[in-house]
Amino acid sequence: MNADLSLFGNIAVYAIMGVSVIAAIGVVTLRNLFHAALTLAMVLLGTAAVFISLQAEFLAMVQILIYVGAVMTLIIFAVMLTSRLTDESIPQQNKQGFPAFLVVSLLGAVLIFILLQAPWPIHAPGVHSPVSVTDLAKAMLGNYVFPFEVISVILIAALIGAVTIAKKDS
Amino acid sequence: MEIPLQHYLVFAAVLFSIGAFGILTRRNIIGILISIELILNAVNINLVAFSKYTSISPETGQIFAIFIITMAAAAVAVGLAIVISIYRVSKTVFTDEMDLLKW
Repeated sequence: MNADLSLFGNIAVYAIMGVSVIAAIGVVTLRNLFHAALTLAMVLLGTAAVFISLQAEFLAMVQILIYVGAVMTLIIFAVMLTSRLTDESIPQQNKQGFPAFLVVSLLGAVLIFILLQAPWPIHAPGVHSPVSVTDLAKAMLGNYVFPFEVISVILIAALIGAVTIAKKDS
Repeated sequence: MEIPLQHYLVFAAVLFSIGAFGILTRRNIIGILISIELILNAVNINLVAFSKYTSISPETGQIFAIFIITMAAAAVAVGLAIVISIYRVSKTVFTDEMDLLKW
């Protein structure tokens, strides 16, 4: 597989990034939380496309399956179970909008400034071949087998905890 | 022509900032959880971009991104269970109306 994207591919990636940023602004500002959840799905799909442009195809698949498939379903269920949201008279934002915007834009500006200044040790393109699923599996069950086991225990504990918390007391 | 690393980093930083804004301004707990998902996504983009451009073993960043996705799924499951449980008790999902522990 060719390591470099074509010019058209680059333009497509930048367009996807732009749409994702606009959708992300929608996620935090839309009044109706259901619409916010749908725009979050857009951001997650855009992230999957960015993963593909970074040659992480397996991660893009995982992103779509877990985030867009499972997490979005959970969020939409929670939105529907706790309605009383679409009422126009209820404010969805607290009163800290302007100071929060100031602080966050300052943080973002400083972050971007530092990111553009820093001398990242970028190696020449084509030094490594793209990561295949085989490489991922070997790393996950070789070097990273202990974190893998720990995260499995955390996941099962979290799922049992979620069921226990959410079930009605008899 | 390859997209430079910095463009991915700037994209992730913008997503992170928007997510932080959402956490600071949303009243609804579910909205705050959604904003946390945005931030975790920005982190994942950073990890994958760094692992492609600078890492010595390029699969490390992707492994960590998979771990973060797992943690995010666990966090969302537990968080939404807590939200539904709170809603059942106090009939609200707004953070400024939850004053059960205040006196």
